[in-house]
Amino acid sequence: MKAPAFDYVRPQSLGEAMALLAKSSGEARLLAGGQSLLALMNLRIAAPALLIDIARLPELAAAVDGVDRVILGAGITHAMIEDTRVPDPSRGLMPRAAASLAYRAIRNRGTIGGSLALADPAAEWPAVFAALDGEITVASPRGRRSLNCAGFSTGIYETQLAEDEILENVRIPKLSPGARWGYVKLARKSGEFANALAVAVADPARRFCRIVLGAANGPPIVLAAASQVLAEGRSDPDRLRGAVAADLDRAADRHFDDFQRHLNIVAAARALQQVTA
Amino acid sequence: MTAIRLTINGTQIADDVPARLSLADYLREPRNLTGTHLGCEHGVCGACTILVDGEPVRSCLTLAVACDGCQVRTIEGFGSDPVMTALREAFHRRHGLQCGFCTPAMLITAHDLIRRGRAASETEIRLGLAGNICRCTGYTNIVAAIAEAAVAAAKGPPDAE
Ligand SMILES: Cc1cc2nc3c(=O)[nH]c(=O)nc-3n(C[C@H](O)[C@H](O)[C@H](O)COP(=O)(O)OP(=O)(O)OC[C@H]3O[C@@H](n4cnc5c(N)ncnc54)[C@H](O)[C@@H]3O)c2cc1C
Ligand code: FES
Ligand code: FES
Repeated sequence: MKAPAFDYVRPQSLGEAMALLAKSSGEARLLAGGQSLLALMNLRIAAPALLIDIARLPELAAAVDGVDRVILGAGITHAMIEDTRVPDPSRGLMPRAAASLAYRAIRNRGTIGGSLALADPAAEWPAVFAALDGEITVASPRGRRSLNCAGFSTGIYETQLAEDEILENVRIPKLSPGARWGYVKLARKSGEFANALAVAVADPARRFCRIVLGAANGPPIVLAAASQVLAEGRSDPDRLRGAVAADLDRAADRHFDDFQRHLNIVAAARALQQVTA
Repeated sequence: MTAIRLTINGTQIADDVPARLSLADYLREPRNLTGTHLGCEHGVCGACTILVDGEPVRSCLTLAVACDGCQVRTIEGFGSDPVMTALREAFHRRHGLQCGFCTPAMLITAHDLIRRGRAASETEIRLGLAGNICRCTGYTNIVAAIAEAAVAAAKGPPDAE
């Protein structure tokens, strides 16, 4: 199908975009890569009256390689991360995740900001940035605030973003040279949304160990017991599986069926094994 | 209507387009470039894949108004490009198409895989084609044709200066 009629505007600065969004009283949507929004409009699931095109805003294209972290503008595309055309704080984890996300033609357009703002439960970036302990900067005419990636999404397609806020950038701590990670995406076909997604990061030098489950019928879940096992540096597979199962028992509100539960345990255990192997 | 200026297959064009017009519909209708096909219109089938500023994109998920100032290249715009010539010959030799609906986007996707050096093995080619659906061939001959064209393109044309 074709999208219903709407108005289109391409502001020249972030300030102008914020002003347009603030005065639109909920009738406008930001257009970044359009790889989710235009599909939803073509399917007539979304029908905004105005699209504010932020894809070319220079403020959202900035990439800063700092001392202990990297700041990536919301407009940076999946393909730019895949090709390491922007600094990689994650020692290969982010390019690996990017390459497994959708197809090249979609990765050339789709952005990290769009993915985080949409908060599709099966998307890669919400889980990957939560596992890396990233922070999100959001901007509005009222000012800026910083939010943890873990917890940014509050439900299925729901986030902490207010109606007048624009996601400006993501700040990601750099992994130390000795850090290890694991990444497992289970999907029926390469490029499809994940049926199960697990991201594990162990950075003993920074005393940081975390394993996050994506595709979790809601926001990504930080697996506390499994993260603890990871911190102890144990690689006993039965113990890892037991810890993941205990974490899933605590996430009863996600209503995983037996098949999903099985996939989640397999994905998490494999990701932990990649770290400890 | 919004005024746009863009370059399509090397020709500069100034036009007025409604905001809701996709790049695919703009190319197919007012511009009569019907080699760009539409299957699903939500990003899944890949039939509408073309190049914008040298990179493959879904023209069904791109607005014509958003392409102001861009360089657009469709299947009609490859002329005697050596990689595309090798691909055309290999698709012909290997029977890389049946109905031909997926073919323009298969060629453009394959061109990008070869350009980026991502067509070195069957696995790599199959991974790179995951976003282009073909309902006829079963892919075997498409993959074989791309592998052959990648080898031919690496060697360069026999009469290269
Ligand atoms: C066939 C197909 C397969 C896909 N497979 C995957 C997959 O396997 N994994 C995956 O993670 N994704 C997948 N995607 C989605 C893709 O990653 C999108 O690029 C992404 O979800 C949205 O990014 P975008 O830049 O295109 O955002 P848009 O579509 O432009 O916008 C999405 C939403 O975010 C809002 N938004 C955008 N930018 C901002 C901002 N800076 N601040 C505030 N709000 C903003 C928009 O208003 C809109 O509501 C797939 C898409 C398609 C079409
Ligand atoms: S028509 Fe664009 S991907 Fe199917
Ligand atoms: S040849 Fe018919 S869809 Fe590919």
